[in-house]
Amino acid sequence: MHRTGALYGQFKTLEQQKDTASLGMWIFLVTEVMFFGGIMLAYTINRHTYFHAFAMGSNTLSLKLGTFNTVVLLASSFTMAMGVWSAQTGKKQLLTMFLSLTIILGFVFFGVKYVEYAQKFHHHLVPGRNFDITYCVSNPSACPDIDAEDLAIERKEIDEAMEADPDLNAHAQLYYSAYFGMTGLHALHMIIGAGLLFWLLRNSFAGIYGPVWNTPVDIVGLYWHFVDIVWIFLFPLLYLIDRHK
Amino acid sequence: MSTASATSTGPALKLPEKNYLNSTYGIRSWLLTTDHKRIALLYLVTVTFFFFVGGFFAMMIRLHLLTPSGYLLSADTYNRMFTMHGVAMIFFFLIPSIPAILGNFLIPLMIGAKDLAFPRINLLSWYIYIIGGTFTLYSMVTGGLDTGWTFYTPLSTVYSNSAVAPAVVGIFITGFSSILTGLNFLVTVHTMRAPGMTWFRLPLFVWAHYATSVVMILGTPVVAITLGLAAMERVFGLGFFNPAMGGDPILFQHLFWFYSHPAVYIMILPAMGVISELIPTFARKKLFGYHFVAAASLAIAVIGFLVWTHHMFLTGQSTYAAIAFSFLTFLVAIPSAIKTFNWTATLFGGSISFDTPMLYAFGFLGLFLIGGLTGLFLGCLGVDMHVHDTYFVVAHFHYIMVGGAVMGYLGGLHFWWPKITGRMYPEWLARIAALVLFVGFNLTFFPQFVLGYLGMPRRYHVYPPEFQVYNVMSTAGASILAIGYLLPMVYLTWAAFYGKVAGNNPWPATGLEWTTASPPPTENFEVTPVVTWEPYDFHNRPELGLDVPGSRGPAGNPAVAPAHGDD
Repeated sequence: MHRTGALYGQFKTLEQQKDTASLGMWIFLVTEVMFFGGIMLAYTINRHTYFHAFAMGSNTLSLKLGTFNTVVLLASSFTMAMGVWSAQTGKKQLLTMFLSLTIILGFVFFGVKYVEYAQKFHHHLVPGRNFDITYCVSNPSACPDIDAEDLAIERKEIDEAMEADPDLNAHAQLYYSAYFGMTGLHALHMIIGAGLLFWLLRNSFAGIYGPVWNTPVDIVGLYWHFVDIVWIFLFPLLYLIDRHK
Repeated sequence: MSTASATSTGPALKLPEKNYLNSTYGIRSWLLTTDHKRIALLYLVTVTFFFFVGGFFAMMIRLHLLTPSGYLLSADTYNRMFTMHGVAMIFFFLIPSIPAILGNFLIPLMIGAKDLAFPRINLLSWYIYIIGGTFTLYSMVTGGLDTGWTFYTPLSTVYSNSAVAPAVVGIFITGFSSILTGLNFLVTVHTMRAPGMTWFRLPLFVWAHYATSVVMILGTPVVAITLGLAAMERVFGLGFFNPAMGGDPILFQHLFWFYSHPAVYIMILPAMGVISELIPTFARKKLFGYHFVAAASLAIAVIGFLVWTHHMFLTGQSTYAAIAFSFLTFLVAIPSAIKTFNWTATLFGGSISFDTPMLYAFGFLGLFLIGGLTGLFLGCLGVDMHVHDTYFVVAHFHYIMVGGAVMGYLGGLHFWWPKITGRMYPEWLARIAALVLFVGFNLTFFPQFVLGYLGMPRRYHVYPPEFQVYNVMSTAGASILAIGYLLPMVYLTWAAFYGKVAGNNPWPATGLEWTTASPPPTENFEVTPVVTWEPYDFHNRPELGLDVPGSRGPAGNPAVAPAHGDD
């Protein structure tokens, strides 16, 4: 419709417009909960059925990298919240700074995720013909990024788990289906969020967000926090199943 | 209210000089429009296209089944035909039809808003629909798909040699069009109502769409992730639904039906909303039990989420789960029955006229009744064992979807055509078409109840010779039905350009959309309306010029007190 300042033609007041946009984003987040809900259900059922395989799969992940990424995302949530506050209080330079920090932290997350994904390919942990949950414990020299002590513990655990579940290798692929499906979807949401943040950053250079008009910052903030909360669930679900005692 | 005085008897009606159709010109003004009325027309064109694509596949199926040995198609081609019929009709016609066309056009008009809450997202959802449709069409022309519209795994993920991936991706994408439409409607109804338009003054069409939108935003994301996982399983080798890795195909069915059963309510609830508008208008009577009908829409939306495994009674699920879901299936029939009884009670003592939209409403009542009650047969565990996956099921859901949803859609299209185009359709031709449809429909699908009861399985390309007589009846009916669908397409298109000018409120009806010009101006209302009346209140709307028993009489007459208070 026709644009009159920041007010769109179908609305009567800025307040109505702001309420409408917020409600729209909250409802969108409801759809997102349902969206992630489907894959979480698939995860839950399979974890319940193939617990040994899921525990083994979880132990092949790098807890250090996962924890580091969790901290990074929590920090980005903080900078995002500060960005929303800066917009509401009219601190335009702070807004630009916090948006930039949020983007940088997002990219740190992507970088770590890239390292993790690459490891999984090298360690034969991608579902498919070459999947082999025992690859690293059988070929320690091919996995220089895992220390020998860890591998020794893993060897013992895999032997025990194989006794309980002879089809461990097949079922561990289900764990990795969940891993790639869930973290992949989460990363896709992060990429969309980063795009939105760049858009906000461009507008913040133009200085259009202030105490009167900051709805876009507000609702992108909601979205970003939601994506962070998804990770808060994914981290224990994927990284913390029955870790090495 | 000054614009609402025209009736069909007024002399020399003229179209308004400036309206949404002629306010701007050129292909860009249509493809980049954010006007909900124009977007509704964009949807009308594309949805009609998919309807005829799906109809073509349906005719192929029916022609093939004329003879027991199936003379027309190979078994493999036949599989592709019924699959693509289902995909085109369900995902690209039935789900968007009433919400995205009539809902899009009417909700802002009915609540007195200038537009939907998010006009650009509205346009975006049309483009998403187009992109999804293109993927699916691509799959159809590059060999089609043969999994059935349900995409059951592992057939769809491992074994099928057809173009499953592009079709699934197309449906995945189109799902977001549906989600965004539902989101837009929900927010619009919450935040965009005109002054005085309280929740219980909303037309039941809006209530029905509110309930539909709830189903869209809660259900569609689940089928999106399900089909997304199935696509990733086919392309990247994930394993959730693949028994070779220990995955569970039944899980796919649960997730699929968690959406796809409520999707039935995405199709039927808007049609119920249309019927709730038609019946009071053509019975000249306030709808009986307004609050119950509104609440029944929400009840259907909620309970509809709790019945999905009745599609899976024979998959080996726990008997106790089956019993619970059978019970819940019966429960969801109650709000539907409330609506049907209330519509019928509205007719009682009304002053009924048999205009075309009302013929569709009557058609809906009868066919939905049969479709709904046979749904209860299927909800019975014992009966379902017998008729599961037979033509009984096919006949049942066609009575709901074609007899219910499509009848409601066509009834609504006729009813609001004067509002959309400003011109009337040819009444007698339209009545004949409605009758042709009714006859053709029953001839097509009633024999299928018999076939199913006698044990003919669905989706088979051959059948025993003793079933031929019913199949010939069905195919003959389908041919009549095809004529019944072509007729409205032709005369409605003709009427849009050459029909008699309709005036603002030709029926007359009580909704807010009838108080503005036909076709409406781009901003819908010249001044924001203030609503001071209850819905369907023919008695207290003297400006409509109706001589309703017990009303205040035609415009200008002194008020006559109703004999028995409000009825």
